[in-house]
Amino acid sequence: MTTSPPAIHVQDLTKRYGADQGGVLALDAVSFDVPPGMVFGYLGPNGAGKTTTIRLLTGLSKPTAGEARVLGLDVASEAARVKKRIGVVPEASNLYDELTCYDNLVFSMRLYGVPRAERGRRATALLERFRLADKRDVLFAKLSRGMKRALTIAAALAHRPAIVFLDEPTTGLDVMAARNLRAMIAGLRDEGVTVFLTTHYLEEAERLCDRVALIVGGRIVALDSVDNLKAQLRAETAVELVLGNGDEAAETRRIVAPDVPAAVRQALDQAAADGRSVLAVNTVRPTLEDVFVRLTGLSADTIQAEKGGKA
Amino acid sequence: MIQDDLRGMVGVMWKDLRAYYLKPPNISWGILFPLAFVLAFAIRDGGNLARLAPGLLGLTLLFAATSMEAIVITFERRIGALERLMLAPMRLPALMAGKVLGGMAFGLAMGLIVLVGVLVAFGPAGVNGWLLAAAMLLGAACFSCMGALVSVAVREVFEAQTLANVLRFPMMFLGGVFVPLAELPGWLQVVARLLPLTYCIEAIDLALHGGSPARAGLDLGVLALFTAGMFAIATRVLARRVA
Repeated sequence: MTTSPPAIHVQDLTKRYGADQGGVLALDAVSFDVPPGMVFGYLGPNGAGKTTTIRLLTGLSKPTAGEARVLGLDVASEAARVKKRIGVVPEASNLYDELTCYDNLVFSMRLYGVPRAERGRRATALLERFRLADKRDVLFAKLSRGMKRALTIAAALAHRPAIVFLDEPTTGLDVMAARNLRAMIAGLRDEGVTVFLTTHYLEEAERLCDRVALIVGGRIVALDSVDNLKAQLRAETAVELVLGNGDEAAETRRIVAPDVPAAVRQALDQAAADGRSVLAVNTVRPTLEDVFVRLTGLSADTIQAEKGGKA
Repeated sequence: MIQDDLRGMVGVMWKDLRAYYLKPPNISWGILFPLAFVLAFAIRDGGNLARLAPGLLGLTLLFAATSMEAIVITFERRIGALERLMLAPMRLPALMAGKVLGGMAFGLAMGLIVLVGVLVAFGPAGVNGWLLAAAMLLGAACFSCMGALVSVAVREVFEAQTLANVLRFPMMFLGGVFVPLAELPGWLQVVARLLPLTYCIEAIDLALHGGSPARAGLDLGVLALFTAGMFAIATRVLARRVA
């Protein structure tokens, strides 16, 4: 059996900023692999080192120590070749206000060497795919925030990269726009594109990512599939009973137990003994948020409040 | 690699021209401002426009080439758009060359409009076309590099505008636009010899009115040195800023 080489390989990657690199340690010997065709979540609070990692992986800055390989290429020494095969969506939608949607896409393709004959056709297809066909000749400055985000992602995909880096893609978007964007990201995986996603929305990561790394203070504190991470807290599966007097809900009772059927039986017996009616029985499984709280010691609010709430 | 650099460089130049340069405020800044100054001095001097023509051309190149160049990199860094260019498969000198070519092309375009006016007014007889082309090309390149250097030297757009004016206005008064270099006090002549506009205007003057070929060669050589030096420094400063 052959294993395909990782799309991203990171070994002991370290970055110090300032004071001739004796200053702030932004990234501390981080190591991980991202297999091809996967949505990889890189989660952590502000200042954890997420954007620093993206800058190192995309050749925007050089590591103090360690190695980063993207598609088998050493990022430090072969940055130009790496850049040709990746697409990057930064946290801020940074296309050109003075150019139209169509012209922004064509300019992006021009930079990446997409043949002239192809550019127009691809730009039109991308505008349709991202529901911006009717905005073709509208200046980027005139788009809504969600549309700007969508066009920025379209521009990152225009040269058909093998890996897409998405830095906080849904921050600041309304619910509908964020939902559309998540559907787009899921679509990328279906097309075989590797997605490196940083986000502070743990629910979003849980929904989208095949594998996640939790990073705090420049160090990775957990690295596994979402299911495996949650399995660490399986013993904390809870049963939640909504009890009532007659038809009116009066109390929600939560029982944490490793054996769910036994816990349900026990709770039902207890309700009957108390003369209460059972209006609903729900099992509450650990979420990625629970895992984050357990592993980092931080509250989930810490990571989300810093970015201004949920999308 | 070189193909990627060339493609990126030309792409950046076209994008800058479309997005920033070809706007009415830039065109007016590039042409009307120098024209207004020169006409004012011409009226004072009794209408000697022929003497002022080299200065008008030099000044147009200076103001047009630096109009956006002096702020465009600062502006794009502020809005995050420069990062988009840095993520493209080209090396930093190619990115910088694309930026400089944008300013240079705009400077030349504005300079050519003024040149047509000058040639219509005074006729093309006796004009050294090759020297004129070289002087205008090198002048535009030099001033665009100066704009790029200003643009990478500061963090805010308003700082870039201030610094650009700090450099442009002394050059305007000392570079031989309104007062011939020979009429300046000795110490000011030394200062004037430190300014690239002086060499640009002198070379254009030699092209339009004739004179020592050796002097013209020296002017072009100094302009080329200014251009190369400012390009190298601007690229190095940008590399440090974005590291």
